[in-house]
This record gives sequence, C-alpha cells and structure tokens, in this order.
Amino acid sequence: MIKNILNLGDSSVYCDFGVEVNREINNNVIKYFKNLKEKKFDGITNITPSYNKLIVSFDLEVTTYSKVKKIIENLELEEKIEIEKKIIEIPICCENNFKIDYDRLEKILNIKFEKLLEIFFNDEYFCYMTGFIAGMPFLGDTNKKLRAKRLDTPRVKVPKGSVGLTEQFCNIYTYESPGGWNIIGNTPIKIFNKAEENNPLLINPGDKVKFKRITQDEYDKIK
Amino acid sequence: MNMTKSSDNYFEIERAGINTTYQDYGRKNLNHLGIPISGIMDKRNYILSNSLLKKDLNSSVIEFAYQGPLLKYHGEKIFIVITGDVQFKIVKMNKKIIIGKPYNVYLIENKDKIDIQSTNKSVYGYLSINEDIILDKFWGSVSVNTKAKIGPNNGQKLSVNQKIILSHKNNPVPLAKLNYVNSKIEYIRVIKSTNFDFFSEKSKKNFFNKEFKITKLLDRMGMRLEGNRLENIVNNNIKSEGLVKGVVQVPSDGNPIIMLADHGTIGGYPKIANVISADFDKVAQMTPGAYIKFKAVNLNDAEKLFKFYNIETNNLVNQIS
Repeated sequence: MIKNILNLGDSSVYCDFGVEVNREINNNVIKYFKNLKEKKFDGITNITPSYNKLIVSFDLEVTTYSKVKKIIENLELEEKIEIEKKIIEIPICCENNFKIDYDRLEKILNIKFEKLLEIFFNDEYFCYMTGFIAGMPFLGDTNKKLRAKRLDTPRVKVPKGSVGLTEQFCNIYTYESPGGWNIIGNTPIKIFNKAEENNPLLINPGDKVKFKRITQDEYDKIK
Repeated sequence: MNMTKSSDNYFEIERAGINTTYQDYGRKNLNHLGIPISGIMDKRNYILSNSLLKKDLNSSVIEFAYQGPLLKYHGEKIFIVITGDVQFKIVKMNKKIIIGKPYNVYLIENKDKIDIQSTNKSVYGYLSINEDIILDKFWGSVSVNTKAKIGPNNGQKLSVNQKIILSHKNNPVPLAKLNYVNSKIEYIRVIKSTNFDFFSEKSKKNFFNKEFKITKLLDRMGMRLEGNRLENIVNNNIKSEGLVKGVVQVPSDGNPIIMLADHGTIGGYPKIANVISADFDKVAQMTPGAYIKFKAVNLNDAEKLFKFYNIETNNLVNQIS
C-alpha cells in the first residue's frame, strides 16, 4: 500500500501512497492513520493524513527516524479499526455577499452560476482530510464542469463559513483566514467547535457531506 | 480575567508589547484536526527560564517579541527571571532603577514594575515567574495560537490593562544566575526535502551558496525569504499534504517560506528543505532584514547535532549557580 517511505527533515516520516487522488488510496492513508493513532506508539507527536500521503512526526529526544520507519513497515493493520462513516448535511446560502466569486467562476468555467449550483448541490462529497486551519474539511470529488484553479493571488481574508471550490475539491473555511479558493456561498453552522475538546470537528476524514441550499432568511435564523 | 480578589498576586499590563503570549511546550497529536503544536519559539531559552527558578520544564511562561511588556506587580513578593538577549529594567517602588540582566533571578515586591524594553538582534524572550500563572489549558496546553484563536485569553495576545493572575504558594527560590551569551548565527542547517529535485540545477546550487533576506513577513506562523528566486522545473503545485515545523516551502513566485511553530498543517507548495531540529531555536531568533544562509547536512548528522544541542542545554542547566 505504501509505495515509498522517506524522511521529512530529522523528525518526521513521510509515507507516500502514490501520486493519484482517489478514495481507495485515501482509505489506505486513513487506515494507517487510525491504526497508528489507536496503538499510541512512544514518541509520536503527530500523524498527519492527506489525500495520498501520511506524515508521522516524532520527538527526536525519544525515538529516531529508523525506529519509527520500522514501526510503520511492521504495522499490522487491524480491520476492526474501521473508519466511522457519517453523512452530514451542511446548509449553505449562495445569495448576496456570500457568492464572492460567482462572476469569476461563470467566466472561467463558462457556465451560469445557477447551473453551477444545481450541479454542486446534486452531488454528495467525501471528506479526504481536514486541516490547513483547524477543522477545515477537504471534500471531493466535484463534477468536472466545476473545476477551477485557485485565485492567482490568495485573499488575505476569507470570511468564516465560506464554501470554496478548487480543482476536484470543495472546502469550508472554519474561521476567517487567508485563502485562494473560489467562494460560492457560506454556511451558518459551526464546523469547528473548540469547546468540544474530544470531538471538535463536525466533519471528519471518511465522512460524507451533502450540501443543502438555504435562503438568506433561513441563514439568518440558523445563525 | 478581571475578577481579581484583593489577596491575589497579579501583574497589571501597562504596555502589552508587540506580540506577548502565554506559552509552554504546546499541544501534540492534533495536526490531523488542523491544529499545529505551537508552543515556545526558542526551546533552550524556555528551558533555562524555568530551570533558573527550579520549576517544572513545561511551566507556563510569557513569551514576547521585539518589544516586551511593561508590567506593574501587585501582591506578596515573587521571583522572576528573563531569558533571551533582552534589555529590561526593574523600577522599584522607591523609584530606584535596576538595570536587568537576563539569566539572573530577581526579587519583585508589591508595586514594582518590570519594563521589558527590547530584544537585541533577536526576536523572542521569556519571562518566567516562581509562582504559577493561573490559566486554562486547551488540549493540555496554555500555548496561545493567535491565528487559530486557540488557547487561554481567547487565543489572543496580551493587551494593555489586562491582568496576569499568579498563584500564592510563597515558595522562596535562590537568586540563581547563569552566564550565558546567545551565540551569533552563521548559518541554518537543513536536510534536503521530498521535492528538492523539482528545482533547476542552478537554483539547487543557489539555495546553498547564496544568502536569502528575511522579509518583514515574519511571525510565529512562518518566515518569508527573498533575494534568489528558486526556479521550479517540475511542478509549482503538489497535491496538498501535511506540513511540519521547519519545512521550507517554495510557492510559484520562487521565494522560500519557512514553517514555524503556528504553521498551517496542510499545504500544497513543493518542499525544498527542512531545518534540522538542532537549529529551530536559531531560525526563530533571526530578525527581519537579516540574511540567512543554508547549509546541507544528512539525517545522520542532524541526529548527532540534536544530541549535541541537548547536551549543551543540559550543561547550561547544570551551570546554574
């Protein structure tokens, strides 16, 4: 499953599962992530899964690259450590000031914004990973007609709750942050809740997301 | 925070300084949620600050950058120490001024002021107090990450008129000291990273032979460099993947960015190198406008250099008298 193991600096192991992004590869990444996390090996300070890579960081005072590499190579993947799969409905309003990049998308994708939304809301999305900023889910895959590049110059501030598109993915900005994705709308619900220390994320890797279109009035009521 | 009782020991913040935050070693095993370790920028100076006061090594401290805070103390006597290359003074109640020396423990009495004026040719310094700072922990840490707004004080830096509440244990500590001068930084040692071969032969050479200027875009999250654009001949974007402290990323403009304590946990720019653990403190202390030179080492060297770094730190702790 792991194609190649390298060192990333002197205190991280870089596990390469391939160059493609698909659910099978991502499932393997998450399987390794869950197994390593469950088994709590000494000295491991972070396990960071992404689409097709897994980075295992460790405390150089406790262990070394060669030791952690061996742990990963000899890891017995227990099937019982299953990925918990949920379907989560996320309401989004795509009206007024929320549809920040609608004209840009209309131009570069050559599609009417209404049509774009129709396609977008029709699909269900898979959470490949979370991160960049706390709790941000990276969801895919979007319809081929909706795949746009990042903005050439990232915005300094993307509003909290913004839903963005880039390539085959969509994401949700869990709080105001810099960012370069094409923003189509905004959700009034809290995706990251720091008060819930044991379970701060509404959407976790492996979950499925269905977006629901709401009006400005409905948005204001939920908010 | 403002609900002080008359019996409390506390500092009143008369000037907050530029970026004054509560810190400790940070929070582990949360990268997958998008939460980096954070924690102190200069580990050795953090360890020394707590060691000088005989405190637990993970005790909360006040980290400041460039200009530190001006604090007025209220309460029973306490002991403090400041570490880093820091200029500060203590203004006693009777107006007597003591010019402060870093790595020296000082007695602070009711109504004394601590004025942390500046860090010299460096960025960060630490204030540790023999009493505990009363703070809520978030995921086991008091480390404040202002970008994610995580940590005590609503995840924000300290501001004027706030109070820093202290415990009331009254454990006296000796007026310990240490002779230590932070060394001059000549170069930052790195290991070539996973995308090193994305760059042209000329750029690979330039990365190690030329100097890079540290720009003003420098904070606890990262350090942007400029001066020698690195030419990527393979691909300017990789599929987003995990980031760790010390990664040197190169976006399409060719100017490297070093990831520091509060880095984003995922990124899509190619990784040219990683700063070795033994040099994390050094890189964190480099100032805007200074020049950085990279030197390549291999993994084996990096591991040895980290051991050496630890031995040096322990020797310093043992020299405290």
